[in-house]
Amino acid sequence: MTKQEALYNYVLRLGDDSLILGQRLAELCGHGPILEEDIALTNISLDLIGQATLFLDYAGALSGETKSNDDLAFLRLEKEYVNALLLEQPNGHFGDTIMRQFLFDAFRKPLLECLQDSSEKELASIAEKALKETKYHLKHSSEWVIRLGDGTDESHEKIQGSLHTLYRYSHELFFEDESDFLLQKSKIVPELNSIKLEWEKTVKNVFEMAGIALPENDWKFEGGRQGRHSEHMGFLLTELQYMQRTYPNMEW
Amino acid sequence: MLKLINLLLITRDRKHCSISFVLVGVVYTYICLVNALFMKNIDIKSLEEKFQKKIDADIKIEPNDWMPDNYRATLIRQISQHAHSEIVGMLPEGNWITRAPNLRRKAVLLAKVQDEAGHGLYLYCATETLGADREDTIDDLHSGKAKYSSIFNYPTLSWADMGAIGWLVDGAAIMNQVPLCRCSYGPYARAMVRVCKEESFHQRQGFEIMTKLASGTKEQKEMAQDALNRFWWPSLMMFGPSDADSKHTDQSMKWKIKRHTNDELRQQFVDITVPQAEMIGLTIPDKDLKWNESTKSYTYGAINWDEFWQVVGGNGPCNKERVDARRKAKEDGKWVVEAAMAFANKRSAKKSA
Repeated sequence: MTKQEALYNYVLRLGDDSLILGQRLAELCGHGPILEEDIALTNISLDLIGQATLFLDYAGALSGETKSNDDLAFLRLEKEYVNALLLEQPNGHFGDTIMRQFLFDAFRKPLLECLQDSSEKELASIAEKALKETKYHLKHSSEWVIRLGDGTDESHEKIQGSLHTLYRYSHELFFEDESDFLLQKSKIVPELNSIKLEWEKTVKNVFEMAGIALPENDWKFEGGRQGRHSEHMGFLLTELQYMQRTYPNMEW
Repeated sequence: MLKLINLLLITRDRKHCSISFVLVGVVYTYICLVNALFMKNIDIKSLEEKFQKKIDADIKIEPNDWMPDNYRATLIRQISQHAHSEIVGMLPEGNWITRAPNLRRKAVLLAKVQDEAGHGLYLYCATETLGADREDTIDDLHSGKAKYSSIFNYPTLSWADMGAIGWLVDGAAIMNQVPLCRCSYGPYARAMVRVCKEESFHQRQGFEIMTKLASGTKEQKEMAQDALNRFWWPSLMMFGPSDADSKHTDQSMKWKIKRHTNDELRQQFVDITVPQAEMIGLTIPDKDLKWNESTKSYTYGAINWDEFWQVVGGNGPCNKERVDARRKAKEDGKWVVEAAMAFANKRSAKKSA
């Protein structure tokens, strides 16, 4: 594997995480629990689609073929998407949406902090831009986890339930394979161990303030990073790809 | 009246004494009320005159200024309906965000729908400056008591509808809203300045989508024409009933809430939009449409007012779906709002402890 191939794989993951979570949040536009939250979630979706646009554009340039960000976003097969399983999980209720977001933001922020110092300039510059947005996303999702955890009995029970459902998927955020190792050796990307420590600190801190407990069951799911998705993914892609598949080779 | 009081005061029967005092009280209150009403009438008349003078001199009315009850009620009705239209209007376009054909279009559509939510938010704030409660006005929307723009009761069936809505619906909204930037009520006028800037941006984006489709493949052209066919007439209806049937126009014009009649604005819209359609090679679905050289404007065919009143009355293709979706959002969000309030209360209790 060449460095460029490894970097392509790595950037594709970053892009797919943003794309798939952005797509999920876009489903909520117009249906938020209160108007202010509708605006906030749409805003986060918009940031993520923006990040996906940049990461996938960069991935396209690394692909060795003439692939645009749109080709990558809309025209791959399901098994070629490499987002973490967490991000394709359905929106569920507001607590589920927030918990999914929080578990991801708490991972993404320290990751981007390291990536903005990457020796690959393009990667560093996208990370720097995305970090500004992600800091806000993490603040927003943390505050809501705490609010729901320490709100009413009903909200406490709901957000604790969301954690039970989604915690099993967080392990996969720290998935590493030979692409990572190759890039880590060249100091292009950080080792995920250090990111995981940071993630655990944030998660512990926020859950403590929210008064919710980590699940006893620590069963761990993975597969997304290798293109093996959950049952939800096909439906998500059906919507995402609808126009490109129905009207191939057209400009919009 | 005074005679009656005297009569009661001189009642010596001790048994009836207490009753007499009560009666005196009642009668006295009655006299005060009559006086107050009489005074109030004089006051209101002079206040109304002062108010109208201000309006005539183009001085803005601000939240703490005196205003006639009807002026307040009219504005609450109009601004909250406008706010509801922004919020319900998110749904037909929101319907296509997950299916947008490329990343750029997806981002632009997200941003547009988010702008609409923002417009809704400041319009609800504007109604609150008039003493209305945001949640009450929203409940009126959910119960069917409050209306919103009927155009949003039509379905969005293809990607081209995103173009048609931006071009025609936002275009018509701008015609309605630009004069509102000079509306006599300050907070509404100021909100409209910001709204109009964003709406004209949306209108250009919509026209750009249509232009792209109209110059695209056969399927894309057909998609664009079909969207125009479906949205043209409902867009004309957005200006409301013809002047002869508009019950609010006269008073609103006098109060400078409204500056042009429905038919004037509709004509302006037709005159601007027809050449745009021609420019991109689409056909307006109106066989009676023709240029009138003497008036320098287009004559257009008869609007199906029966359809308009049906849709206003709740029988449009998506009335039920739109209101249901909004009601569901509020019901699903109830526990979230309760949690946020409970949390805020706990925190403020901790602070004060």
